[in-house]
Amino acid sequence: MRLADFIRFALLSLSAQRLRTSLTSLGIAVGIAAVILLTSIGEGLHQFVVDEFTQFGTNLISVAPGRTMTHGGSLGAINTSRPISIDDAIALRRAPYVQVTDPMIQGNADVEYNSRSRRITLYGVGHDFLQAMRLSVAVGEFLPPDDPRTARAFVVLGTKVAQELFGGENPLGARIRIGGERYRVIGIMAPKGQILGFDLDDTVFIPVGRALEMFNRDSLMEIHVTYDPTAPLAEVVAGIKHVLTARHGREDFTVTPQQEMLAVFGTVLNAITFAVGTIGAISLLVGGVGILTILTIAVSERTGEIGLLRAIGATRRRILLLFLGEAALLAAIGGMAGLTLGWSIAALIKLFLPALPVHTPWSFAIAAELSAIAVGLIAGVMPARRAAMLDPLEALRSE
Amino acid sequence: MIRLSTIERVFLVGDEEVHALRGVNLGINAGEYLSIMGPSGSGKSSLLNILGLLDRPNSGRYELDGRDVTGLGDDELARVRREKIGFVFQFFHLVPRLTAEQNIELPMVLAGIDPAERRQRLNKLLAEYGLEDRARHRPDQLSGGQCQRVAIARAMSMQPRIILADEPTGNLDRNTGQEVMALLEKLHADGGTLVVVTHDNELGSRAKRRIRIVDGQIVGDDSGT
Ligand SMILES: Nc1ncnc2c1ncn2[C@@H]1O[C@H](COP(=O)(O)OP(=O)(O)OP(=O)(O)O)[C@@H](O)[C@H]1O
Ligand SMILES: [Mg+2]
Repeated sequence: MRLADFIRFALLSLSAQRLRTSLTSLGIAVGIAAVILLTSIGEGLHQFVVDEFTQFGTNLISVAPGRTMTHGGSLGAINTSRPISIDDAIALRRAPYVQVTDPMIQGNADVEYNSRSRRITLYGVGHDFLQAMRLSVAVGEFLPPDDPRTARAFVVLGTKVAQELFGGENPLGARIRIGGERYRVIGIMAPKGQILGFDLDDTVFIPVGRALEMFNRDSLMEIHVTYDPTAPLAEVVAGIKHVLTARHGREDFTVTPQQEMLAVFGTVLNAITFAVGTIGAISLLVGGVGILTILTIAVSERTGEIGLLRAIGATRRRILLLFLGEAALLAAIGGMAGLTLGWSIAALIKLFLPALPVHTPWSFAIAAELSAIAVGLIAGVMPARRAAMLDPLEALRSE
Repeated sequence: MIRLSTIERVFLVGDEEVHALRGVNLGINAGEYLSIMGPSGSGKSSLLNILGLLDRPNSGRYELDGRDVTGLGDDELARVRREKIGFVFQFFHLVPRLTAEQNIELPMVLAGIDPAERRQRLNKLLAEYGLEDRARHRPDQLSGGQCQRVAIARAMSMQPRIILADEPTGNLDRNTGQEVMALLEKLHADGGTLVVVTHDNELGSRAKRRIRIVDGQIVGDDSGT
């Protein structure tokens, strides 16, 4: 039998029972649509997170005060970690493979210019902040490489702050008050938008030493360290720990490489995607049971036809293949419908909820369609075998 | 061409044995026209099914074209049926969802004959059986006589040398039955071997050779006119 005839025969059988065919393939379609939709959202989220993180480069390490235990809570009562200081940041420059280090503290402060005042998020950082975070300045310059302990009172504005305080005016060289002290504006950042929930445009950057004084704090929030991307990460981390442990007397700080955070996010998202996939697999299973049921009914309804086919020369194998083909086709139709449905809903989500990232890789669609067909084939085996095992004469007499 | 020797066919109904055929010996030459007649339950269909390789005897030997086909496997039997035998049934056995021409084409489709060749044979068969304007009708849109003509055309599509018909007119009125018989007889006139099972004495007596079967045994084999 030719392949084209084979497919046509299966199609004719399915189209002779339109209602039954559509209801049965609907089971598969719903499963596939659910899988495609949910994995699309999962994948979109994954991409979104990866994009957000890699904006800063992946060779970034964060060093923060306090020890977080990987297993079970913090050290609790004996959590008397020493502050992380600007000197620590300077010392870390000597750690192996390190490119730049930058001390950082973040807080809220009042910013005033003329009579306008705003309360905004402020970052105390060093000269290397720009390079560590891969940001850039639109006009003027970033904070100069002063000694961070005795830095001059300069400020760099985020675009939104510059716009709101100065309107059309040129802020460069202007003096503004931050937390009561006077700072000279030396630069404006290039617009960056929100990153992981922080609006980097609605902020100002001042030297870290001054920020510590303003907030009356003795510890940095974190030190950003960048390293040679070709260096082995474990050695870089070990080097940092070695330098800081020598200075603090014990390991009372936490070193978190960006890559590790990415990996954690990846694991979590993969777990979610897997869970969603399992739900989809269950609905596919239900769809498969539907195919099995319908095909079993079809075999008993078409017993006479099977007898006839055998009488006019079809082998058992041919009968088996014909019914398996119908099962696979039924599932493939359902799979296609499911893909279309899933995609349409994904497109609607994109239209009405642009913030929710949705991304359907082709490989997912193909894998979904293939699994639908596989489900069809598996569901078809039992009824198809029953059809093939029928005795031709008895099948003919059944009518 | 066909040689049956001491064919036995026994069915088990419950724990009772029903002897459908008892020691049947029968030889049929190429191009013969036989009718098989006998009372109901005498074993006519059983004999025809064994001739058509749809059923296997419990014992005995069946030679077809000089080859012992008694012990052939399922697939091999299917191949012999496909190539050598055309069936015509009392209840037509058309596939309800297929059109007349798709039904006629079915054996050729299963045999993998290429579409151009199929089309050619199909057109010839449709013309021969007067079905041209019914080609795209489904069986439920055809009369009984038309259905049987479709079934005969289907049996002929693989150009078999043996045509086996089990009460081909059993479901038709007298006139239509005559027409159908005429078509079958034309196949015989063209050189085919024709075996017809019938209840109808008049139709049966049209055959050159008339077999009479009673209680699973051949009791008459009449080649006179
Ligand atoms: N599959 C079967 N199982 C059990 N008994 C069977 C089977 N097929 C046939 N028989 C029995 O074998 C005997 C012969 O049956 P067969 O169908 O050959 O008769 P027939 O001559 O064709 O009858 P009719 O003219 O009614 O069609 C009958 O007694 C019948 O009951
Ligand atoms: Mg009978």
